[in-house]
Amino acid sequence: MNRELPPAYRRLRELTNARIALGTAGSSLGTRELLAFQYDWARARDAVYYELDFGALKARIEELGYPCAEVASAADSREIYLRRPDLGRQLAEGENQRLEGMEGAPWDVSIVVTDGLSGLAVAENAVPLIQAFGRLAAGEGLSLAPIVLARQGRVAIGDPIGAGLGAKLVVVLIGERPGLSAADSLGAYLTYGPRPGITDAERNCLSNIRDGGQAPEVAANTMMYLVKGALRVGLTGVSLKDESQLLEQGEPGIEGY
Amino acid sequence: MKGYSVDLGARRYTFPDLATLLARASPLRSGDQLAGVTAESAEERVAARMALADVPLSRFLEEPIIPYDEDEVTRLILDQHDAGAFGPIAHMTVGEWRDWLLGYEADGEALARLAPGLTPEMVAAVSKLMRNQDLILVASRIQIETRFRNTIGGEGRLSSRLQPNHPTDDPTGIAASILDGLLNGCGDATVGINPATDNVQSYIALTQLMDDLRQAYAIPMQSCVLAHVTTAIEAMKRNAPVDLIFQSIAGTEAANSAFGIDLALLREAHEAALELGRGSIGQNVMYFETGQGSSLSADAHHGIDQQTCEARAYAVAREFDPLLVNTVVGFIGPEYLMDGKQITRAGLEDHFCGKLMGLPMGCDVCYTNHAEADQDDMDGLLTLLATAGCQFVMGVPGADDIMLGYQSTSFHDVNYIRQLLGKRPAPEFEQWLQAMGVFDAQNRLLSPSGDQKLLAHARQLPAAAMEDPT
Repeated sequence: MNRELPPAYRRLRELTNARIALGTAGSSLGTRELLAFQYDWARARDAVYYELDFGALKARIEELGYPCAEVASAADSREIYLRRPDLGRQLAEGENQRLEGMEGAPWDVSIVVTDGLSGLAVAENAVPLIQAFGRLAAGEGLSLAPIVLARQGRVAIGDPIGAGLGAKLVVVLIGERPGLSAADSLGAYLTYGPRPGITDAERNCLSNIRDGGQAPEVAANTMMYLVKGALRVGLTGVSLKDESQLLEQGEPGIEGY
Repeated sequence: MKGYSVDLGARRYTFPDLATLLARASPLRSGDQLAGVTAESAEERVAARMALADVPLSRFLEEPIIPYDEDEVTRLILDQHDAGAFGPIAHMTVGEWRDWLLGYEADGEALARLAPGLTPEMVAAVSKLMRNQDLILVASRIQIETRFRNTIGGEGRLSSRLQPNHPTDDPTGIAASILDGLLNGCGDATVGINPATDNVQSYIALTQLMDDLRQAYAIPMQSCVLAHVTTAIEAMKRNAPVDLIFQSIAGTEAANSAFGIDLALLREAHEAALELGRGSIGQNVMYFETGQGSSLSADAHHGIDQQTCEARAYAVAREFDPLLVNTVVGFIGPEYLMDGKQITRAGLEDHFCGKLMGLPMGCDVCYTNHAEADQDDMDGLLTLLATAGCQFVMGVPGADDIMLGYQSTSFHDVNYIRQLLGKRPAPEFEQWLQAMGVFDAQNRLLSPSGDQKLLAHARQLPAAAMEDPT
């Protein structure tokens, strides 16, 4: 027999996105709620194993007028990628040759796009974010390196790429770990002076970039704000967060990394 | 003695030191593979277990796996070792001790007397010779009672931490989740919020919110905000109503340092909380969280396997008489525990090791979406742990933490396991639940009527923002 919930109880659901005031059978979860959970879980799982179409992504970015290069991390399958984060942080052997001839003098910003833990997030959000950010960068007179698409990458794969391209700052756009409430969140990690071996404390991060979260067009503004700050003071990380008045006021979706 | 070896068929397996031997004897898991310390074959793993079974327990006192001078956790372990308590097993090998532990005579009282004589390395070693059923059987004999405003860990009791997290720490959203948890009979271990932002203002606001609710309904519970210990110390200086002090801890000095703590800082926090004297029936004021893989994650594992590192964290915990110790077993991800099988084994090991060392163990039975695990695996581990006498588990709304983005156990899961095994909440909290009309006299959930007193509080909550956090 199902437990009846009076209106005052059911109203709690309007106060949070958490799964509360759920229908029950005895003390157990009711069928409707059970299947609703499984649906959200299934979407998250599918996002982890989503095969990003790099060819199509490259074509869309080139259509915006940006040259693109494709590289692969040292993790050559999804299974290895999940178990060996160290390999996802490195370029596969010989892949740095694909960046030859693209070095800047130096470039202000290098954008690296990688599937991370949600190829879906990249497929949905990377192109509008690049489009909006590219427009802002042109307005600011910042030079953009050719955009690098990296297969099976972690955040730190931007370090050898940014270093190889000779960029002052690298922005890695990466699919975040899918949760049940969102399977398509993109993260943007900024690292000034990219080089292999840099620590996560020297990065800044914008997270939850997606429709229904921080829309890509809005995120582009925040990203530009951070990029300009980083180029001005010559660093990213906790110190940049401290430098920034806006960030001290607790701008949501920004964390020191 | 130099090295440890065993002959198997035509082959001699040799292990240069205790740390290597422990790592090679460990059941296979991805974190040890990532660290490059695991056995190279199934046969080498068994060879290591055979060699480990013959190691005298006293050897662990003579050969610290991290040198005494280099690591304050090692110093804590050796300085606090109680040779008298160790006496009854001082002559045994690891293998003999396993047999002793499984004997009928190793009852709760005998194991409680033994606890101060055990080091984490001894406990980790014997766990590596045990099957899951051994871990369950021995642990089930040990109940560790702790107290603040209620009693955790009594015979036949299973408590829950209510985890009402919210992506922006919205007080209304958090209050709604707390009410739902209470109306489902959860929250006796603690109502504990992981804050989205770690700062003292937010810490104080959340602490006040929970204390107001507790006082309004005279709830025999204790609250906790799971911020860094330095934030808690600052909040106490500002007279916030702080019940439990939280901190994540690990098993090496270097890993603790990556968490921004050391033993002196924990002592300072512990003493400050004791001074507040807020517990009505006891003064266990600390809430620790641990989890296999944290030392490797901080690049601070010294070549030691992750399960042994985890057991060393329990030596840190036991120094501060905690109310609760929670191993957050599957949170760290598949690079440390790949799938449901590895998460299950790790959860049972952690519970066993903590209990043997005298700790009030609970477990966040959980996984992330990139691990090969699902809610069925969690049902399995929850059921196994409850049979092993696990003292508390998580109650997360719908098992889905919308702030931390992982799946745990729900209020409904807590009630499932209580119903299945006849487990009851902490006695003071049980009485309160019955008096409030949440449970009937048999601890069945009552259908809440419109005049349920807790819903009066729900009506007062402002119709706040459900808007997306950003």
